Amino acid sequence: MTKTPVKDDPVTDLPPEVLRDLHRRMVRIRLFEEEAGKLMEGGRMPGFLHLYVGQEAVAAGVMATLRPDDVITSTHRGHGHAVAKGADLRFMYAELFGKSTGYCKGRGGSMHINDLSIGMLGANGIVGGGIPHAVGAAYAAVYKGRDSVAVPFFGDGATNIGAFHESANLAAVMRLPVVFVCENNGYAEFTPQERHMLLKDVADRAAAYGMPSEIVDGMDAVAVYQAAGRLVERARAGEGPSFLEAKTYRYYDHQGVKGLRIPYRTQEEIDTWLERDAIAALEQRLAGADVAPADELAQVWTDTREEIAAAITYAENSPDPDPADLLENVYTV
Amino acid sequence: MREITYVKAFTESLMQLMAEDDDVVVIGEDVAHYGGVFHAFDGLLTTYGEKRVIDTPISEMGFIGMGVGAAARGLRPVCDLMFFDFIGVALDQLYNQAAKLKFMFGGDVSVPLTLTTAGGAGLSAGPQHSQSLEAWLAHVPGLKVALPSSPHDVKGLMVAAVRDDNPTVVVLNKRMLGTKGPVPEEIYEIPLGHANVMRSGTDVTIIAVGRMASEAMTAASRLAEAGIEAEVIDLRTVQPLDSTTILDSVRRTNRALVVHEAVTFGGIGAEISSQIQEEAFDYLDAPVIRVGAPFSPVPFSPVLERAYIPDSNRIADGVHRLLERSGA
Repeated sequence: MTKTPVKDDPVTDLPPEVLRDLHRRMVRIRLFEEEAGKLMEGGRMPGFLHLYVGQEAVAAGVMATLRPDDVITSTHRGHGHAVAKGADLRFMYAELFGKSTGYCKGRGGSMHINDLSIGMLGANGIVGGGIPHAVGAAYAAVYKGRDSVAVPFFGDGATNIGAFHESANLAAVMRLPVVFVCENNGYAEFTPQERHMLLKDVADRAAAYGMPSEIVDGMDAVAVYQAAGRLVERARAGEGPSFLEAKTYRYYDHQGVKGLRIPYRTQEEIDTWLERDAIAALEQRLAGADVAPADELAQVWTDTREEIAAAITYAENSPDPDPADLLENVYTV
Repeated sequence: MREITYVKAFTESLMQLMAEDDDVVVIGEDVAHYGGVFHAFDGLLTTYGEKRVIDTPISEMGFIGMGVGAAARGLRPVCDLMFFDFIGVALDQLYNQAAKLKFMFGGDVSVPLTLTTAGGAGLSAGPQHSQSLEAWLAHVPGLKVALPSSPHDVKGLMVAAVRDDNPTVVVLNKRMLGTKGPVPEEIYEIPLGHANVMRSGTDVTIIAVGRMASEAMTAASRLAEAGIEAEVIDLRTVQPLDSTTILDSVRRTNRALVVHEAVTFGGIGAEISSQIQEEAFDYLDAPVIRVGAPFSPVPFSPVLERAYIPDSNRIADGVHRLLERSGA
């Protein structure tokens, strides 16, 4: 591996701990998802699985700019956001298995991981469903005099749904501290962007609500971190909402473990994105900039694999929910 | 006791709720500067300011969803849906989000959201501003649904709804907004899920939803002149449903009629009728009768609308049919 620093590469300007943190968050997401995929493929896990693999730089880059009391809302493809926000992998896997120790006590499954203690206000099974909640969380923060911000994550496809537009306009007109993060992976399920909107850049939609926007390479964790950092600080300073479009790519299908299928995607397109893999790219830059030697990076993978193996064991050995408690938590009593 | 209108009782409940709890905020279209299209929010802005009384864009899904998020983060929002008929554009935030958040979060969150709205026909408001859709919402686990039938009840049920830690929909009846009645000045709560036995009787139980309670009382007075003593139950809430009060009454009167303004088909009356036959079949002298609207959108023409909405005459007719059927 070359040790020649890339001239003007911003990694050399960032503190090494920030770069290592971005790397670690991405590796944790990648391995969490790969293992979840294997569990599903092996028939050990029930339900649907919308894997986040390929998009790791977005969750890692944005979350590294947030504080624990900043609130995010997520999507059906939400594992990456939860992992990056600091969720406990044991409780995540337990929920994927439908166990009583899961984040939702086995009531939600993959699409509903949440942890209010770390500001994770829930993944959501309804496209766009969580976006208004982030606006409400931002309003509650302002109302209570807190300087926390709210970040709803959503895809390119979700920007065609009413909840997005209503939320964007509400946040703008109320000048709330919201950073709307669109992960544009180019597909609304299986429909490519050019067939679901006429815009090339989803970020153009922000202008309709009088909101500034940035477009960033969603395969570049450093670029995402820097752009998100600007917008989050702006929101925290009371300057209102903004919109970040991160252009990225999903390595697996919309649902399940079948990856990179054609013909709805072309081999050429797939190859182009795989060459730009966010984790590999960052590792090259870190090694090149002498921030982290290869063995240190390899250790992150090893440690994470161990943590994940332990989390899966914990989840599989956890008790199932008791059918006698079926009606628990339908109402607050 | 002093008498005030139904809408003033509503406004007073909010004035007092906002005074007792700083976390209560009001969010909706034209609720602040205009005071609401029915003046149900008059005076709140001047008393509590723009921080707590918020005019929103016409974005029902957006601001109800915002209420869900704010509720999950410690506020106690009251979101106002101008007309019950508009629920369709916001429904996801109510039935998929507000209603299920606690369940999906493994109990780690509560959504103390109140959704106020105005339903019911009788003002020639036409097919999209007159509906009674409470059965839709009563069908959703996680929601509570109240339909106050008097000024006294609107205040007490509002207080209970806002203080409740579950998402609760309070459906005001548009035709009753100007109706006056006795209302205590102090703040008080009418517990959700407890029906009100408005009149005791021995011959038949009339179970009424919302404004139909007053029509049922009128019918009961007329029936009494003919020597028929009807027990009238105002459900107050359709979710939770006070099955105990209904069944206790039917086991004594042996006859039941359910009346609501919503269309009969698939209405809450079908659920009540079914529960009665499951739990009190052996006590019945006749099948349960349902009185509701015909299976049609609410018509605009005053002539057609009068023919459409159930009233005391149709309730009394139903009672006579019940008695004939049971050979009384």
